[in-house]
Amino acid sequence: MLIKRGNDIPSSEITPEHIYVHRRAFLRAAAAAGIAVALREAFPESLRAQDRWPQGKRGPYDTDEKPNTYKEITTYNNFYEFGTDKGDPAKNSSLFKTKPWTVRIEGELKRPATYALEDLLKGKTIEDRIYRFRCVEGWSMVIPWRGFQLSELIKQVEPTSRAKYIAFETVYRPEEMMGQRRPYLTWPYVEGLRMDEAMHPLTLLVTGLYGKDLPNQNGAPLRLIVPWKYGFKGIKSIVKIRFVEKEPPTTWNLATPDEYGFYSNVNPDVDHPRWSQKTERRIGEFLKRKTLMFNGYAEQVAHLYAGMDLRKYF
Amino acid sequence: MTRGNRIRYVYKPFVALLALLPLSLLIWNFLHHNLSVNPLDDITDETGTWTLRFLILTLAMTPFRHLTGWTTVVLFRRMFGLFAFFYGTLHLFTYLYLDKFFEWADIVEDIGKRPFITAGMTAFLLMFPLAATSFDRMIRWMGGKRWKMLHRLAYGAGIAGVIHYLWLVKADTSRPLTYGAILLFLFGVRIYVFLKPRLVRRSPYPSKEIPTS
Repeated sequence: MLIKRGNDIPSSEITPEHIYVHRRAFLRAAAAAGIAVALREAFPESLRAQDRWPQGKRGPYDTDEKPNTYKEITTYNNFYEFGTDKGDPAKNSSLFKTKPWTVRIEGELKRPATYALEDLLKGKTIEDRIYRFRCVEGWSMVIPWRGFQLSELIKQVEPTSRAKYIAFETVYRPEEMMGQRRPYLTWPYVEGLRMDEAMHPLTLLVTGLYGKDLPNQNGAPLRLIVPWKYGFKGIKSIVKIRFVEKEPPTTWNLATPDEYGFYSNVNPDVDHPRWSQKTERRIGEFLKRKTLMFNGYAEQVAHLYAGMDLRKYF
Repeated sequence: MTRGNRIRYVYKPFVALLALLPLSLLIWNFLHHNLSVNPLDDITDETGTWTLRFLILTLAMTPFRHLTGWTTVVLFRRMFGLFAFFYGTLHLFTYLYLDKFFEWADIVEDIGKRPFITAGMTAFLLMFPLAATSFDRMIRWMGGKRWKMLHRLAYGAGIAGVIHYLWLVKADTSRPLTYGAILLFLFGVRIYVFLKPRLVRRSPYPSKEIPTS
């Protein structure tokens, strides 16, 4: 007679003796790990990075104003590729893939090439810069960016003498960027600078903020920051840089030419046709501040526009 | 309880509480830091949006009655209209205070210079006489016909409100255009209801001259 025996308990289900013996310690350790996870959730690394952030001005280009919080910077911004509300980028950008990332550099230069982002960053002087940021909508922040001077890259790739302007292009991935599925702007987003603006030491290619990698919603993995211009000039998630002879088209200018010019320098004396640019609300403050000429960078950049009628070239 | 009393003491207070819900939520979220990091902007946006929603709801009551034959809804029209005015007043106040800090010279310049502010102010000014003449005694005093004529200004307020919204958005006009489309539909119903009896009364067959021999 065959007596069917149940299968033995598989060895994988037997608690190893060393854990069995130390089961109380094991449980304590598990509980501690749970608490650690909970703490990490409650105080994300980003917040701790913000707390560790040294106060005050360190370099010649820094402002000594108090930076906005990590939360303020990463939950309230415009990135129309992820929706038109200022909370949308943080909500809708989590599935955006920034690895691998390549940047095509082409146009009027000696050696056009496609660079992996890691290679592009090689040898660059990465530094932290605390800049004022002024949105064309009338709000502002102070942001500790991390990045390198665009001038470094320009010198490296050696543009020809015909290169008078530099044009940038954002990645086009409607499957990951839901905003790009709707035509309220022409996609992909494009921006541009005059060569002297691009070469200015204040002009940064940004890879991070608060000393950490740029979050998707703020334009990861590579964006432009030109602190004396309205925020929308700071094109995000850049995949193409092109050296050109003529002033390149820019997205907001294409959308509404009488409201957004190529230069878009912060200027309290030239109103947006639909609202005043005289004042701004610094995020976190109740009363409004007076907007400063060139966003407070007049001393460094005013000479770039000497003799230009800033009402005409707004 | 009679039907009239039920409406007066149960349904109307209940609907009024519902109508205060957006404001309550806004205050709750403000106090609990659930708004964005620019809460003053959120307050302006929310009160403005609810003004337009209540205005459209008010304008929808009569067409809704025409389409469904359900007459009770019209009893809530005045309440919705007053809530539109209520949210509109809050919205105007956020602009005067949180945006302009009662700098009157600045405000006057703004109203003249910025079309979307002009449109918004127009919408408010059109609502004002309606709210001021909304009680029963006033209707009797003015006479139903004149009162009704005056209260057609509500359409104007709706149109001005949609234009105000349309002119202030930067690129994505889908939301203001949706409100505009609803408004257009409501006008369409009213025009249809107005024209229908006039069209039906006319005989569909043109009378033929019978030749006499």
